[in-house]
Amino acid sequence: MGTQTSTVAEGATLPLDDARRGTLLRLATAGSVDDGKSTLVGRLLFDSKSVLADQLDAVERVSRDRGLETADLALLTDGLRAEREQGITIDVAYRYFATARRSFILADCPGHVQYTRNTVTGASTADVVVLLIDARKGLLEQTRRHLAVASLLRVPHVVVAVNKIDLVDYSEARYEELAADIRAAATSLGVGDVHTIPVSALVGDNVVDRASVNTPWYDGPSLLELLEELPTGDDPEAEAFRFPVQVVIRPQAAAEERYRDYRGYAGQVASGVVTVGDEVVVLPSGRRTTVVGIDTADSLASGEELTEAFAPQSVTIRLADDVDVARGDLIASAAEAPEVTQDVEGTVAWLSDRPLLPGARVLLKHTTRTVQAVVRDVVGRLDLDTAELEPAERLDLNDIGRVTLRLASPVAAEEYVVARRTGAFLLVDGQDGGTLAAGMVGDALAAARRPASRPGSYAI
Amino acid sequence: MTTIDLTTDAPGSPAGAPAGASAEAAPAPATALPGGRRLAQLDALESEGIHIIREVVAEFERPVLLFSGGKDSVVMLHLAVKAFAPGPVPFPVLHVDTGHNFPEVLAYRDATAQRLGLRLEVASVQDYLDDGRLRERADGTRNPLQTQPLLDAISGHRFDAVFGGGRRDEEKARAKERVFSLRDEFGQWDPRNQRPELWNLYNGRHRPGEHVRVFPLSNWTELDVWRYIARERIELPELYYAHDREVFDRDGMLLAVGPYSEPRTDAEAASLRTERVRYRTVGDMSCTGAVRSDATGVEDVIAEVAATRITERGATRADDRLSEAAMEDRKKEGYF
Repeated sequence: MGTQTSTVAEGATLPLDDARRGTLLRLATAGSVDDGKSTLVGRLLFDSKSVLADQLDAVERVSRDRGLETADLALLTDGLRAEREQGITIDVAYRYFATARRSFILADCPGHVQYTRNTVTGASTADVVVLLIDARKGLLEQTRRHLAVASLLRVPHVVVAVNKIDLVDYSEARYEELAADIRAAATSLGVGDVHTIPVSALVGDNVVDRASVNTPWYDGPSLLELLEELPTGDDPEAEAFRFPVQVVIRPQAAAEERYRDYRGYAGQVASGVVTVGDEVVVLPSGRRTTVVGIDTADSLASGEELTEAFAPQSVTIRLADDVDVARGDLIASAAEAPEVTQDVEGTVAWLSDRPLLPGARVLLKHTTRTVQAVVRDVVGRLDLDTAELEPAERLDLNDIGRVTLRLASPVAAEEYVVARRTGAFLLVDGQDGGTLAAGMVGDALAAARRPASRPGSYAI
Repeated sequence: MTTIDLTTDAPGSPAGAPAGASAEAAPAPATALPGGRRLAQLDALESEGIHIIREVVAEFERPVLLFSGGKDSVVMLHLAVKAFAPGPVPFPVLHVDTGHNFPEVLAYRDATAQRLGLRLEVASVQDYLDDGRLRERADGTRNPLQTQPLLDAISGHRFDAVFGGGRRDEEKARAKERVFSLRDEFGQWDPRNQRPELWNLYNGRHRPGEHVRVFPLSNWTELDVWRYIARERIELPELYYAHDREVFDRDGMLLAVGPYSEPRTDAEAASLRTERVRYRTVGDMSCTGAVRSDATGVEDVIAEVAATRITERGATRADDRLSEAAMEDRKKEGYF
């Protein structure tokens, strides 16, 4: 390895050794500018021994060049030239780390208000949003915005790190006051499962190691311990089976004779479980049939037939009848079939510089189906303080609002609050192809107005 | 894919803990979590990669997969084979050959394409040097010269989607990359104006002349790749395993002596010796360094990668050391 000038002790305990074998947890960070988000991420990576020596060398070198006495851990994550020059995070960066118990994909999202669309990007695939607040400043408008985004996107868990607790003298009273504020905001915005932890990203209190001597009054888990415990994703057993067809596999030129009449529908299970013998419906046509086989490359090679598949497995499904099935169709449980509709009311996070106006012609991408759509009406814009809709005639960049859409052909769109995969859609500009909006079918904040009891909600 | 065992992905677990690492076995496997049907990590990554590859085939006219014979492109091709089984892979593969590649890797590349019945396109940097469209760089490195032949091949074949084996854990500019990355007619990446990427709804829309780079291994780490290679029993070029090779020191790296890399200074010549080495990446011979290693099998490599304190690129890529933002600058120009 040439000249190895490691600043990390040789033989340091590596949690990577035999690990990386549990489940995968996807987390997204959120927070305002200067609340120490990059430092927290750097601390998580550093204290979990996920920073390698040459990366640390580079950070130390740049820190020294800038006249800093200690390594600026934020430099670990701010990778773009412009970010390093300005000392801010512009775009989502993805980081990977692991402990003995599980692996993590971390979407480090910018906090600046003009990059809210990146927070939406990071949160859309997250199992957990880690939201930072500055213990001195308390809840800001940005905090409410990020809680609203987490709630809208139905991120299963939110962890609020009350950062810079060292700068309020490790005050239990201040922490309890902020924790109460957070719980109140989370309740009003319909956040399902919220945890609070007092941390100091700079010093390291309660980030990786539990029971910081500085916070003897806190007896909960450290941030990393909590992330190791939280359940991932949704529970397939609690959901109805949904399978958007990606590709029809019909290898008439297959190398093996026995596959020349093979016809299977390839896709990724969006939700639920399917078992051979299940009755299913193909949407939007509404034809009913039965699943006679579930294949993967491995099962075909070994000859051991699969009896079931569950979300999010990529499989190929064979059906009993020779029904017409194409990309964009949805194979769903016949017993719990969704409705198909050409009229969709949805909540959208508007991500484009151009405003959304009634009458706009766009493309709607839902599962594997893309259809033309017209914006019928802008119903209103969300007031993030009250979580109520206020009247609006248009939506501007970073607005979250409600719209009604008329589609050129039907889709099996379900309420996002109950079906995260089949309730999500994109609005796309048909001319330049740009992504205009993240959409969620129905009243995405409906849960906020219902008594909170979400399936899968989990408390330590 | 068939395994839904929650405690392990791999049929054979890595042999022993690496030296210097924690000796205790992984405690508390994920079975403690509620719910019985959870994908273990490698299964989740494989499923996601297959989903991405199928989306591209469904939505693009002319996809191509960049295949160098390196481990990432080998794993990516393995996913493509799985995605369309029992049918064939429905797109060709493309290799940008710098002219300084390891002969055993080229042999592996050709044998793999033939075994799978794939059309192999080769864009040759040497051709560009021979007819004067490109000139050799002063430092002899040919990696940056790959951009033009790559872009010419993409436009010449009218490829509209190009699969790359890039991983976000490789480098800080790559950490910013989307799974679907829109490139303009010059192949340029604009990191400040990337499309938001939401859920698993990938937007591959593009205008004529534009194309999309697609990275199915975005969320994989070097260790994931090696554990998957072990689990799937994927064969790799022998360079990836320890062997004796004549090497010399340059800029803190071990470079192999070969037709395209020889000592240039007295100090480099003085450092000539034979060492037991292997490669963590197999790019251009003139700028890819070897690492000292006794890892002769895939389980040894996994143990070594788990214990290393140097990143893959930090250990082996001279061209990334050119500046603090070398990769970002190359990507903006159209490189991967």
